[in-house]
Amino acid sequence: MAQAIFIILSLFTLGCALVVVTNRNLFHSALYLAFVFIGVAGLYFMLQAEFFAGIQVLIYVGAILTLIIFAIMLSRDLMNPNVRGFNRQWWAAAIVAGLLFLALAVVLVRAPWPAAPAGEPSPAFIAELGQALVSPAYVLPFEVVSILLLAALVGSILIARER
Amino acid sequence: MENVWTIENVWNAIGMALQNWLAGFLPAWLVTLIMDLLVIVVLLAIGIVAVLILSFLERKVAARAGDRYGPNRWGPYGVLQPFADAIKMLIKEDIVPHVADRFSFNLAPVIVTVGAVMTYAVLPFGRNMVAANLNIGILYFAAVGSLSIIGLLTAGWGSRNKYALISAFRSVAQLITYEVPLALCIICVVMLAGSLSTQDIVLAQQERGWFFLLMPGIFILYFLAASAEMIRCPFDLLEADSEIVAGHFIEYSGMKFALFFLAEYIHLFAGSAMMVTLFFGGWLGPWLPSWLWFLIKTFVVIFVFMWIRNTFPRIRIDQVLKIGWKVMVPAGLVGLAITGFVDKLIADTLIAGVVLFVCNIALIVGVSYFMGRAQRQKEMAAEGAALR
Repeated sequence: MAQAIFIILSLFTLGCALVVVTNRNLFHSALYLAFVFIGVAGLYFMLQAEFFAGIQVLIYVGAILTLIIFAIMLSRDLMNPNVRGFNRQWWAAAIVAGLLFLALAVVLVRAPWPAAPAGEPSPAFIAELGQALVSPAYVLPFEVVSILLLAALVGSILIARER
Repeated sequence: MENVWTIENVWNAIGMALQNWLAGFLPAWLVTLIMDLLVIVVLLAIGIVAVLILSFLERKVAARAGDRYGPNRWGPYGVLQPFADAIKMLIKEDIVPHVADRFSFNLAPVIVTVGAVMTYAVLPFGRNMVAANLNIGILYFAAVGSLSIIGLLTAGWGSRNKYALISAFRSVAQLITYEVPLALCIICVVMLAGSLSTQDIVLAQQERGWFFLLMPGIFILYFLAASAEMIRCPFDLLEADSEIVAGHFIEYSGMKFALFFLAEYIHLFAGSAMMVTLFFGGWLGPWLPSWLWFLIKTFVVIFVFMWIRNTFPRIRIDQVLKIGWKVMVPAGLVGLAITGFVDKLIADTLIAGVVLFVCNIALIVGVSYFMGRAQRQKEMAAEGAALR
């Protein structure tokens, strides 16, 4: 049962991902990207990482994808069939993308993935995660990220401010 | 498991009896599948029945507020009116504008409706009556709720209509703005309850008292943010008929329009139910069975929303955003700090509750004072400009 659901979910995610990159309409690609994110959230659910599934949907679909769609809606000539999907740099992009794929594939195949012992996650998982974030081991990176986000916020306000 | 037939437990008992009956002649995995699908169907049915009741209620409340009769033709007091509406919607012609982007245009109502119905999975309809008692319940609710933004954007863009597009832009501005204070208020509740699960939040209120009494300031913030998220008046700028005709569903007709309508009222029900869960003790209550208490409280909250819709005028979009960023977010942050400090420093729940209450009243007074002062300064500046 779980295996069947996993296969269906994976096929769904991969299929949608394929449409995202092959589709000519940018807006449709963004919509399919939403399905990809939801499919990945489903995979997290199957791994009993419900918290990450929730965060995945909240951040990626709720915030990042909304901004992507917003940017797409503000761009011109989106539906115009005369606008070509490629420009003169397509071969450079293809080489870079191919190299990236190769590098990722090598890493994925070569890396000795440490397997955690199978079992149920602790019921107080979210509490433990929260504690860990402010424990001595992770508190510095956590605070650095907070300051980075704050700087981004202040910067965006400064840029958007009327003079 | 033992099957107890009491009024309190009647829905669970029906489910259990069905499961036992199915298990008699079906393999286990098929029974699980059927029961899961059945839960989905029941949730959908609850959604649609709630919409039928709410659409009737909305018109009756609006009529009462406007000193009219409202629907009164079919059935006693017009109670069968929603069915007439539904049949009308079903047999209407489905029109797709020829310039519209068909894929987006057809997908949008589906995304909006599915996102709305999915929120029902974590609503605690009664004691032990939650479809999926996730330990991330409230986070799931917030995450699924954010799907509707995508749906509204798709509708607005796919319709190829300027008003729909304006509504789509407004939806991004408004819904994302109000998600921030909404999340801050939810975090306050979660801190007090010590859990994200909706059932545990209700149970925590059994011990500490309803959170509405402990945190009136946070509750007011949540109420405003939730009405903005549900696109209820005075924050219904996305479908402001006097400004942008009907917003994102301007081009929709027939059943697709009905789906938007459905999603709107499902959101209203789910949002009110979540408010009851977070602040009014969910299904807690004496004498009556828990699921009945939950429904009663939810409908009281819904009535308040309808009351507000018929009482207050709509505010402007720039005012909506100004209040969101300049008042609600800072107030939410202050509330979050107060709740965190009180919860951490004072161990005794009773004293902590009293201190929280006093701090929240101070928060309300402070926010009102600063808003009033800003308004006075603006008026004085305008007066000064006029004199000069």
